[in-house]
Amino acid sequence: MSALVPLLVTLPLLGAAIALIAGRHRKTQVVVSITTLTIVLVIASILLYVVDVGGQPIAVSIGGWPIPFGIVLYVDRLAALLVVVSSVVLLAVLLFSVGQGAADGDDDTPVSIFHPSYLILAAGIFNAFIAGDLFNLYVGFEILLVASYVLITLGSTESRIRTGVVYIVVSLVSSILFLAAIAMIYGALGTVNMVQISERMTQLPQDTQLLLHLMLLLAFSIKAAVFPLSFWLPDSYPTAPAPVTAVFAGLLTKVGVYALIRTETQLFAESDVNTLLMIVALATMIVGVLGAVAQAELKRILSFTLVSHIGYMVFGLAIATPAAIGATIYYMVHHIVVQTTLFLAVGLVERRAGSTSILRVTGLMRAAPMIAVLYFIPAVNLGGLPPFSGFIGKFALFDAASKVGTPIMMVLIVGGIVTSLLTLYALMRAWNLSFWREEEDSAETESRISYLGGAPAAGIQTERRVIPRIMTAATTGMVAVTVALTIFAGPLYGVCERIGAALLEPVSLSQLQEEAGQ
Amino acid sequence: MNVSLVLIVIMAVLFACGVYSMLERSLTRVLIGFLLLGNAANLLLLVVMGRPGGAPFYGAEGEVSDPLPQALTLTAIVITFAVSAFLLALIYRSWQLGQADTVTDDETDIAVRERTLGAEETMDDEGELGDEPTTDFVGLDTSPITVLGSRDVPGIVDDAPADRPATRRPGSGQGGDRL
Repeated sequence: MSALVPLLVTLPLLGAAIALIAGRHRKTQVVVSITTLTIVLVIASILLYVVDVGGQPIAVSIGGWPIPFGIVLYVDRLAALLVVVSSVVLLAVLLFSVGQGAADGDDDTPVSIFHPSYLILAAGIFNAFIAGDLFNLYVGFEILLVASYVLITLGSTESRIRTGVVYIVVSLVSSILFLAAIAMIYGALGTVNMVQISERMTQLPQDTQLLLHLMLLLAFSIKAAVFPLSFWLPDSYPTAPAPVTAVFAGLLTKVGVYALIRTETQLFAESDVNTLLMIVALATMIVGVLGAVAQAELKRILSFTLVSHIGYMVFGLAIATPAAIGATIYYMVHHIVVQTTLFLAVGLVERRAGSTSILRVTGLMRAAPMIAVLYFIPAVNLGGLPPFSGFIGKFALFDAASKVGTPIMMVLIVGGIVTSLLTLYALMRAWNLSFWREEEDSAETESRISYLGGAPAAGIQTERRVIPRIMTAATTGMVAVTVALTIFAGPLYGVCERIGAALLEPVSLSQLQEEAGQ
Repeated sequence: MNVSLVLIVIMAVLFACGVYSMLERSLTRVLIGFLLLGNAANLLLLVVMGRPGGAPFYGAEGEVSDPLPQALTLTAIVITFAVSAFLLALIYRSWQLGQADTVTDDETDIAVRERTLGAEETMDDEGELGDEPTTDFVGLDTSPITVLGSRDVPGIVDDAPADRPATRRPGSGQGGDRL
């Protein structure tokens, strides 16, 4: 089994190389990308099955170096689950963008760099998930970030360069902070292996622990878009191409959340900043969703809800009981899938109506009932209406919080419910205006929604374009996955619960060596 | 652990200068700031290596220094190199699109600001500040450099693929998804 683990990273990199060589042959690029991601999905599913049933994480030491010295790839249930989910998302978004590229006639403006960058992004994401030492995590982050710089400025038009610069500079700062934190940790502990760090961390004085802890939290919070480090996100995401925004929204912030989970549960089991995390989580939820309410453009609304829902995951981490960690991971999986689906659905709206401004678009329900369904299901799911997975995730979180029962937990539960309702409000207002509203009665509603007239990008109009069947199919597939998260919530939640329990148990170095067969 | 004080001082100065440069509006200065920060982080990795002087080889005679931070530093240097190459391309592209190499204001930000200000005229001056080029070398009589757009020089062929859609289709920046 351990031979399969490095393939998760090397296959996409190999695919990227082939796609780069085949730059002029679009069909070859498409075939290579889809094949690569499909194989990765299969491998990841096998790994998840083996790891979950066997109950033993798989550790692989690259190059045969003895374990605390060389690079370790570490696949436990959490890593395997996230690799499976992210490869599903990457595959669906790839299909969506293939459909889009084919319909727009790639031949006159070839962007041959898209497929290689996309595969490198995938390799970076997978590498970050299965990294067993902090420095490899850093390298994974860098791989995915550099690929994302290329993707966010794709086509290099003026507005994309402008928003791209903000994104790039913020990411650079967080990377440097992360690197500096790694250097400090190495200086204090003499290792970058995560298991060894957690073993040795307890011997450090409390204040040193706190300093290292906060440095890592700061670096990861920028990537995960936690308030007050989240303002780059709603500014930079909406300008990118629809599929790129979808995959960024689904996955890139979640890699940051994943790093936060590892930091909180494994690296710093003793150092306790949970009260700080609670406050930050509450602020992230409320400020984010208030931003969403003030927007009149669908992609911006979604970007703000993305920020606000990161707050739920930070909240789950701050509760720090096994049940809460399990709920966080379920919520994370749910959010990756649902947020991506919503961005894809909005991509369809943009093509059909020529705009994503909820003030301009009308009557989509009659004109495009399929898109309406594809928007509605993930929207109520994100808003947390039962019986969907959003409700299950939030309920599990609040349940775990109420078991702890301190006053601050109650405040956060109330904050979470308010955020959920406001998310629903923002998304359903968009539904009412763009899907239900008919052309004729817009004069009457115009006066009622005039307060939104000054919101950013409210009047932007692009050209309408045909929607190829493959784009609708990809979005439908993702909606089916969101529904599957609800239907198969039982087994999935079981896995998440086991992850939560396992994460809070310390792993020893000898265990790790045993798993790697040394 | 013995460390060199000089290295620590240089590292601190580099960090300070790097942060200061990154706060500038000019993208070239941001790049310089990033390079300084990157080197500062590399120096930090060297500092944690402990006392320098030994050979980082397994089985070497005499004092052996820790090889791992050197490996980490090498990787970090490569990453910094790649990112700065990308940044240079980005800066060139930003210049090519007809402006100085500055971070421009978000037009929607300006819209929001104007909306909230309403009739208040007091802060309007500040809103216009953002449009001026902030590179030191532009617009001065003594300026050694004249900033040219790509259209001013016949020799520069603008062959970047996406430039044409930007002019051909208005608003393509928002929805021009050509993949």
